[in-house]
Parts: sequence; structure tokens; C-alpha cells
Amino acid sequence: MATRKKPSGYVGQALKRVEDPRLIQGLATYVDDIELPGMLHALILRSPHAHATIHAIHTEPARNAPGVVGVFTGADVNDACGLVPCASPMPDQQLPRHTVLAAGRVYFVGHPVAVVVAKNRYAARDALDLIEVDYDPLPVVTDPERALDKESPLTHPELGTNRAFTWTLANGNLEATFKKADRVIRQRMVHQRLTPMAIEPRGCVASWHPGEESLTLHTSTQIPHLIRTLLPGMIKVPENKIRIVAPEVGGGFGSKLNLYAEEALCSHLAMRLKAPVKWIESRRENAQATTHGRDQTGEYEIAVKKDGTLLAIKARTIADVGAYNQLLTPAIPTLTGLMLTGCYRCQAMRMEVTGVYTNKMSTDAYRGAGRPEATYTIERLMDMVADELGLDPVQVRLKNFPKPTDFPFETATGLTYDSGNYQRALKKAQSLSGWTKLLQQRTRARKEGRLFGVGLSTYVEICALGPSQMMAAGGWEWGCVRLEMSGKVTVITGATPHGQGQETSFAQITADRLGVAMEDVVVMRGDTAVAHYGRDTYGSRATVIGGTAILMCIDRIEAKARILAAHLLGTTPRNVQIKAGRFQAKGNARKALTWAELAAESYVAKNIPPDFEPGLEASAFFEPKNCTYPFGTHIVAVEVDRDTGEVRIVKYAAVDDCGPQINPLLVEGQVQGGIAHSLGQVLFERTVYDENGQLLTGEFMDYPLPRAGDIPPYLLDHTVTPSPSNPMGIKGVGEAGTIGATPAIANAVIDALSPLGIRHLDLPLTPERIWRAIRDHSHDESAATTVSAEDVRKGHVPIPAA
Amino acid sequence: MMVNGVSHREEIEPRMLLIHFLRDHCRLTGTHVGCETSLCGACTVLMNGQAVKSCTLLAVQAEGAEITTIEGLARDGQLHPMQEGFWACHGLQCGYCTPGMILAGVQLLQRNPSPTREEIAHGLEGNLCRCTGYSHIIDAVEHAALKQKA
Repeated sequence: MATRKKPSGYVGQALKRVEDPRLIQGLATYVDDIELPGMLHALILRSPHAHATIHAIHTEPARNAPGVVGVFTGADVNDACGLVPCASPMPDQQLPRHTVLAAGRVYFVGHPVAVVVAKNRYAARDALDLIEVDYDPLPVVTDPERALDKESPLTHPELGTNRAFTWTLANGNLEATFKKADRVIRQRMVHQRLTPMAIEPRGCVASWHPGEESLTLHTSTQIPHLIRTLLPGMIKVPENKIRIVAPEVGGGFGSKLNLYAEEALCSHLAMRLKAPVKWIESRRENAQATTHGRDQTGEYEIAVKKDGTLLAIKARTIADVGAYNQLLTPAIPTLTGLMLTGCYRCQAMRMEVTGVYTNKMSTDAYRGAGRPEATYTIERLMDMVADELGLDPVQVRLKNFPKPTDFPFETATGLTYDSGNYQRALKKAQSLSGWTKLLQQRTRARKEGRLFGVGLSTYVEICALGPSQMMAAGGWEWGCVRLEMSGKVTVITGATPHGQGQETSFAQITADRLGVAMEDVVVMRGDTAVAHYGRDTYGSRATVIGGTAILMCIDRIEAKARILAAHLLGTTPRNVQIKAGRFQAKGNARKALTWAELAAESYVAKNIPPDFEPGLEASAFFEPKNCTYPFGTHIVAVEVDRDTGEVRIVKYAAVDDCGPQINPLLVEGQVQGGIAHSLGQVLFERTVYDENGQLLTGEFMDYPLPRAGDIPPYLLDHTVTPSPSNPMGIKGVGEAGTIGATPAIANAVIDALSPLGIRHLDLPLTPERIWRAIRDHSHDESAATTVSAEDVRKGHVPIPAA
Repeated sequence: MMVNGVSHREEIEPRMLLIHFLRDHCRLTGTHVGCETSLCGACTVLMNGQAVKSCTLLAVQAEGAEITTIEGLARDGQLHPMQEGFWACHGLQCGYCTPGMILAGVQLLQRNPSPTREEIAHGLEGNLCRCTGYSHIIDAVEHAALKQKA
């Protein structure tokens, strides 16, 4: 709940958001709210086949339909639009040519084939139905493991292979370390494909200004700046004649961290037709053609001593790329490798990733982007280690944690974790959840034959991405702070929030540092004409990197203001004291200048020191030296219904540490939102393609999102372990909830099922999957085997006759 | 039809959806489209006092009706208690589901002025949110309920 501002400042207060008044009154502008004179509407015809050659496209009837301005296919636009870029290809990567519309061949259901442009939406839709396409279906590649077999059909025949890339991360002497092990535990895990499903589908409005030969693209995106950098390579309009505007954006979660074919297409159409062109996708198109998340399948091995000491981890994974690479597709599994050892000391590790092309939509970043896979893997393995060795899952984790004094901590994967106190978060979470009581509840329940489970995850994650060395196009952030002539303050950030609340948190930071009222600070973002450069919002980076850039600006302005104040007060800059936004000569409180007075003087410029530049503004680029590593412990208790397989969450407790909190209300919102994504992933979400490459989860009816009734009451708390890598000591928190929650919930469910001899089940743990597993094990309670859902589905586990 | 107290009279195609009439013809863009299967609830408005999903109503079905959209909730510059609740409790992040969620909340409290958290959660199952994880939304409705009782 919002609290009243304490007199001591804004930072640290749970303040109501500055963004909200326009949003709660329906006065904000999302891309579909934009209406420009002469604006046309575009709708896209997409392939119903997963893999086919296009024999012919019959567009004549559509072109003659009422209200239609044009109908275009690949032959008409592909040359002008260029190829959709991938910013992070692997050195050995084979890249297929990703044209904006299909070029004679379609590669996934939803692949754009043609576009209708008409005077209004309804006319466009009617015309779309009149287009006929002759397809010759081709064999479809859907299983990424079978796709590597010699006999497999090829997604891209011209590449000669379905192997997109390989990537290996290895440290330490893996072989020697494995030889020292008392036990090696092996487990295959499937990180299922997920659909981000932001509630606002994608869309854009492109306008061409013929007099200036410049383009404006309003688009529902997380990355206006990255688009401005990359779009020139496609449509050949120079960077300094392109303006990208991210208006209000209705959620992204990584799925709008991309330069999409449709954005280049709309831009081209606006230039070609000399009229603004709007394109808004349907939910079905969003499910088909907006980037998907996760989809790694791995064989994991963990080597341990019998006292629970973790020695080494080995991983071999297959990443299902889909048909094309989008902006960061190959980079996502590399983040899994970097975080594979989690919170633990480890002597050696090795992860090999093989990216595979299939006839599906591309995978790319989705809340956590590679790190949920890592945390899920290591936290499930730690539970298996405990189970295998007969040890307490809490003790096994504590045994392998670094001490708080070991930080900065060098991991076996080559990272340096900035700060951490995993023991403290774990202890606090145990206390918060009533750990001992939960274990007693479990004992009682098991005596009664009920399936009650307790699970935890101790997680760490890498965010505030990141030092430019590791980022495809720079990992810095840009900011600008300006005292206006009136004394009001304008802050401009190169970050691009879409719900994260930086209009509020940056105002808090700025108001505190300058000593002005928060109401006098306005934060602007999202328009490249205003925020000229930036690296946008993803990877939980905006407050850390963007916020630090703002602080740098304020330092510079303060230094300049000090000089002006000294001049006006008749003293030296060294002698000027700044207290709560007032500048005074040391010891002379009666003659003080406010920011407003200084600003007026500096712009009117009649009484400024010699060689003093008028104005009071500064801009800065902050280059981070390291990522930040938030961490925490989530503890979950569940009860599983034997008859239906349904999971009920009985308790959910989380302690998260993102360093000092600028606005606790916003932090809580991010954690709760993240946990909800995990709930979906663990209990019911999965993007499903059938063996013909048909997308079966194309609407909310088939792809269920968590609803209000699905969430348990949350017990949330936090610890504060500042990061040494930025002046505020803060860490990102936007993805931490999703990363920490998934394994905690999964571990609880598997714990509930463990008396039946079930050691592992892949996600999602749907009622059906659990019900089948219970059935299969009810006749064999002593056998401790590894069962994967794959096994159950394929009939490898015999279902006893009724 | 009357929308937020203003009369709208127009000749339209029979197949025009109410959501499109409100957004494109009345220029009230506060109500949003999130899906085409009436599951997400972003399009929720009040029609003759009842919460409806305007994406699955034809505009002609609203002939003669009184419609309230999100833009019509505040009166004389004073926010509706539900809007205040969402603001106070951080019941929104990206804001896209929010207008529909707020109107569903308004309907919920009209029918049940003192709901439990479970009743609120159940009453909002027709509205999807991908940002907040719902807990703050439930707080918001509770906040509004208390405000309205006072």
C-alpha cells in the first residue's frame, strides 16, 4: 500500500506512481490509439503450413476489392526491405536469409506471405480473405533432437543441416573432477517452449515525411533505440533520418525486444504509398509470430561427494531456434551456461549447446531469458542430490554456498558475482514460511496418505545487462538532466520502461539528489527524437544503468551550479554548501539560492561568470563494469490431489535481495508479477506444435495464462545486500521473481510425489501429467526411477491394467 | 447510444463490433483489444450497468443503451474509488488490461460491496493481466470497497 512520504526523502518510499493517472483514466496512447490523417490499415496473410513452397499467390480479386489501396507479396517488397537481422550470431552459425515476406517458401505457421493495405480495418480483412495461395507442402521438422539425425528433412535445405550453431562454455578439469565424485546424478530435463503473451499485441504506425525524406515509426516495442540502429540496414533510410517512438507499451517480457519483419514492412509501405500505414496484430498472430521463450532440452550430470559437496556440472543441451534467428536468439542459451552453477561453489563445469532449426516460430528472450533454465536445472539437481545422498535439501545448499566474505565471488563459469549473502536470505525465508511447521505438516499429511510437499529454491541471477564487452551493441545507458529556466526539472532516459515505473523511480532519485519536490520533476522516455541515444529496457537493467547515468548528470550539473552560485554569492565554489536544494556560502544561511533562481540566472545569462556556459543541463553515458546479481530464496508448500492430479499451493514465501529498494511498492509488483509467470510455466503453460508443425496453442483458449484465482497469497520479504558496482548499490529485480519461483514450485510438487517413487517430471506439471505419474507409480512405491513426461507419453512406463 | 453521457448516432455496418465503434467512431481509445476470443477482458465496458465484453458485441446490439467506458468513470475531475484503489495499491504496471480490470472491479463491488479476497479473485477471472500477478489488483479492489463503504 502507498505510504506518506517521510520528510527524509523519496527514495525508499512506497510511493504511488506518476504514470498511473493517465493509465487509470484511459487517457494514455498505445500504438493502436494513434490516428493520423490519411492513415491506411495493413493486414498480413500468414502461412497455414509449417513448411511449403509457394507455387502461386493470386492477389487480383483482393486488389480490386473495395477500399483496397494495394496488395503486396515478397516479390514486391523483399528487395526494398532487406533482411531481418540477428545481432548475436555464433561464430559457426549458419544464417538463413530472413526476408520480410516469404520468398517462395514458408517455414513456419504464421510466416507472413502477403499484405493488404486498405482504407479501413474491415475492408482490409475482407480483401485478405480473397487472396488465394497455392502451397506445395514439404516435410516438416518439429523435433529438435530428431532434426539432427542424418535422415531428417531439412528446415533450410540450402544450409545442408538443421544445426544452427554450437556453443561451449567450459572451466576447470571436468574429467578429473568427475573422477573424484562419490556419486554422479544424471537427469534429462525439458525446458518447455512458452509464449510471452503480453496483453497488448504488437503493432506499429509508420509515416514517411517526403519533404524531409525521413521516417517516423511508432511501434509497441521495448527497444526504440536498437531499432533505430538496425532499421537503416534494412530499408536504407539513414539513422539520422529515422525517428522511432515507443508510445505506451502494453507489456513486452522480451517478446518486444526485437526488430520484427512487420516493422520494416510497414515502414516500407508508408514510403511506397506515401501515406501513414498502421498494422496491428491479432492475438492469434501474436501467438504464431511473436517470439517464443525457452525451449531447451538437456542432459545434465552433477558430480558430488557423499557429504553433499558439489564438484562439477556437465550439460549438453539442444536449443530449438525455430525457423529463423531473431535479434538475440542464439545468445539466450549462453546465459543459461553462465548461470548454471547457481549459488554454489563448484570446481568445474561444461555446457555444450547445439542450436537447431525447426519449422516453428523463433525463440528469443522471455522474462529471464536463459537464466530460468539455469536456475531450474541447478535447483532441481540440488534436490536430487539431497534425495540421492539422504541429505537435507537445505543443508546441501548451505554446504555449497560461498560465505558472504567470499564476495566478489568468482564462479566456475567465469563470472564474478558482485555481492551476496545467500545464508541470510535462506534463513529469513525459512522463518517467514514457518519452515519447521511446514515439515511437521508434511509428516502428518504423509501419515494420512496425503501428497503434501515442501520445496525451496535458492537462486541468484545475472541482470543489469551489462558491460559493453558482453553486449551485442553496447550495454551502457544514456541519460540527461536539465534544470529548466522555470526551475522545473526534466529528466530524459535512454531506457524504455513499459510498466516498470521509471517515470516514478527516476523522479524519486532526482528529487532527492537535487533537493527539489518530486512534483517538479518530469521523466521522458521512448522517443528517439527526445532521448537521442539509449540501449532500452530488457535484462532488468534500466534502474541500475539508466539510474546511474542520471546520477552522473546530476553530479555534473551540481558542479556547474556550484560555480555559478559562488559567483552570485560572492564566494568561492569550494565555499558553497548545498543543503536540501539550497546553495549558500558556508556559514551564511540567510543568503541562499534555490535551483530555480540559479536556473533563471544561468539561462538569462546576464550575470554569469566569465567563460561560463549558459544553461544547466548535462548528459552522460554510464558504462557498467559488471552485471548485478540479485538473489533470494523462495519456499513453497503444495498439496497434490491424488484423484485429479491438481496442485494446490498451500504456502508461498519469498525473500528477495535486489539491494536497496528505490520504491518498495514497485519491487513488490515486479516480484509478484514474476512469480505469476512461473506459476504458469510450472503448472499449465506450454507452446504446442503438433507433428505437422501446426500451432495448437494459438489463442487464450488453448494457451492458459494465470488468472486472479490461480495465485496463492504471497508472503514476501527482503534482505538488502548492496552491490559494489554502482553508486546506489542497487540490483535489478524485473526477472528475479520468475527465475526464483519456477524451481521452488516444481521442487515442492516433486517432493509431494516423492513417496510414490517419482523423482522427476518435466514441466508443465498439469493435472493430467501428475495423474498419469501417480497411476504409474501406485503399484510400485519402492522403485525410485526417473520418469519424464516423454516416457509416460511414449508408453515406456507400463500403465497397469485397471 | 449514450456513451459516458454523450449521445452518439451513426450509420454503421451491421457487423461493426462495439469495441471498434467506441474506439474508432467515438474516439474513446481507453478500452483496449487484447484477443479475439473474449477471454482477456481488456475490452470490458458497462452496458446498462452490466459489465460486458465489447469485443463480442455488435455495436447495433448496443442500440439505445447507456455505455460507460473508463473515460466516463471519473466525475468532475474526481477519480472513482476503484481508480483510486488501483493507483494507491500499484494495481497496474503497463496499464493495458487496466481499464477493463477497473470496470470489472466496479461491477464486482456493485454486486458484492464487501467481498473477501477469494471472491474478488474469482470475480476477476474474466480479466487477464500478465504484469502484476494480481495480488495488488485484489488489494486495489479491497481498497475501493473500503472507500465506498466510508
